[in-house]
Amino acid sequence: MSSRFDNPPTVATTDYRSRRDARHDTWFRRLLKTCALLVLAALLGAALATFWGGREVLFHDGFRFLTNDTWNPVADDYGALAPIYGTLVTSSIALLLAVPVSFGIALFLTELAPHWLRAPVATAIDLLASIPSIIYGMWGLFVFVPFMASIEPALSASLGRLPLVGGLFDGPPLGLGLLTSGIVLAVMILPFIAAVMREVFQTVPVRLKESAYALGSTTWEVMWHIVLPYTRSAVIGGVFLGLGRALGETMAVTFVLGNSYLITGSLLMPGTSISSSIANEFNEAVGMHRSALIALGFLLFVVTFVVLLIARLMLRQLARREGER
Amino acid sequence: MTRTPYLRRRLTNLVALGFAGLATALGLAFLGWILWVTLSNGISAFGPRLFTRITAYADQGGLANAIVGSLIMDALALAVCAPIGVLAGTFLAEYANRSRLGTTIRFLNDILLSAPSIVLGLFVYVIVVLPMSRLTNGAVSFSGVAGALALALIGLPVIVRTTDEMLKLVPSTLREAALSLGIPQWKVTVQILMRASTSGIVTGVLLALARLAGETAPLLFTAFGNNYMVLNPLDKMASVPVAIYQYTNDPDPALHAIAWAGALLIALAVLATSLVTRLLFSSHKVRHD
Repeated sequence: MSSRFDNPPTVATTDYRSRRDARHDTWFRRLLKTCALLVLAALLGAALATFWGGREVLFHDGFRFLTNDTWNPVADDYGALAPIYGTLVTSSIALLLAVPVSFGIALFLTELAPHWLRAPVATAIDLLASIPSIIYGMWGLFVFVPFMASIEPALSASLGRLPLVGGLFDGPPLGLGLLTSGIVLAVMILPFIAAVMREVFQTVPVRLKESAYALGSTTWEVMWHIVLPYTRSAVIGGVFLGLGRALGETMAVTFVLGNSYLITGSLLMPGTSISSSIANEFNEAVGMHRSALIALGFLLFVVTFVVLLIARLMLRQLARREGER
Repeated sequence: MTRTPYLRRRLTNLVALGFAGLATALGLAFLGWILWVTLSNGISAFGPRLFTRITAYADQGGLANAIVGSLIMDALALAVCAPIGVLAGTFLAEYANRSRLGTTIRFLNDILLSAPSIVLGLFVYVIVVLPMSRLTNGAVSFSGVAGALALALIGLPVIVRTTDEMLKLVPSTLREAALSLGIPQWKVTVQILMRASTSGIVTGVLLALARLAGETAPLLFTAFGNNYMVLNPLDKMASVPVAIYQYTNDPDPALHAIAWAGALLIALAVLATSLVTRLLFSSHKVRHD
């Protein structure tokens, strides 16, 4: 009777096998590495390709592209100032509104809400983030714009009379415009900021909070003097993350911004943004016009890249401190 | 006298907490408002016609070609980004967890995750649509393939990140036990670690699907849109989001109704996917706790 020990694997076979395994391991590793490098290639490629596509305008105009406020396809004169202005104004409004609201939501979900309520409410707020932006756009155009048009006369009559900020709320009650876009953007980025805040607030050591409570602090004081300073960098990171989203958001803004290249001081007036200019005009554009739109895309990519870079660096600071603890 | 500052502090607290509750209510109200508007407007045109007739019939039509186009492009996009994303995520978690390269890629992947989708569309336009059109003398320009590639770029970072995170949840004892048996690392990775985190990886793919199913901006100048039913991915291809975009820009209210029905369809698909994902993910988490 022969047992399996009669023919032990020879040195040659094990050697062969281990060499084969080593070879497979190397190839597998190379395959994985290539795939991972594709992520780098995608980012780098996006920057290079949009730069290349916009080269005619970028090389022709240089820095004048950034400061020129005319956008005239007939005369082939393109300046990015109006889209940049619209993008910055709508994103600022969005941040101004979304940051306090997100903070309130995070405060409610980490300190205030009874435990059974936290998970469902957090899920619901997260759902806001998974609604496609085209639906925000339709809701904005068909429902929110008429709503804004109905309250804008009241806005002009009250806030429009204030000194200094009055001019911001002066204008025809179109419903469309910078303010409306800013509000829609605020709703869209709110879940992102709230999610980051909620997550980082939970990393604050319970001992710290309890000590503050033991000294007689109110919930608000614990939040403001203990939790917020502890998580400051990550909270700023979350805000920048929201800003990055707001800058690049396209569909919703395209519907409610009004597509006008006039730069006005009033928030009730229509405007344009980088992304909505691209979405609106790209398919009708040829030659220099198309090149100018791709150059706008390059600009948007560079700006959002820097904003998101700052966001991630700030977020990493807290994570690193967490790791040291 | 000593009670006054205390009273003020309590008042501040009350105001702040009241604001927090209000903010949450506001967020939920917007969610409810948007979902309700989509449902109530979308239900009227949500019938069999939506799935059987193509957009060429305009107000007498449906979205059949757009639905098919969306399915084809989403499937193609996943076919491209799921394997690459899973492998790249595996590289980050298993081979380059603490290396400089791994950290850099993870960091840049997070940036790609929130990069503006319209720029990714432009990217694909410049590197796929333009060269294809030049090569074929304009016979093939905008195409379903280009659209799928743009969508793949949007799904990729989602899958990379989820795979990376899910593999890190696998207890390292499993890794060590397998390696100590002399199993080569690629076999350990594929047959043990990936199998242990299958539900996590599937979660990532579903998350990516939920994300790219509603994307419009990158499709505008890659897949373009089409009023007829096409199955050839080298043709211009319709998609539900782009059809909605075109119908919404049209003054005809009958087309708005179809657009709303399309929006309802997308919303249902996306919300269902993200809810399923959540269920999968939570059960996954429990198993590893």
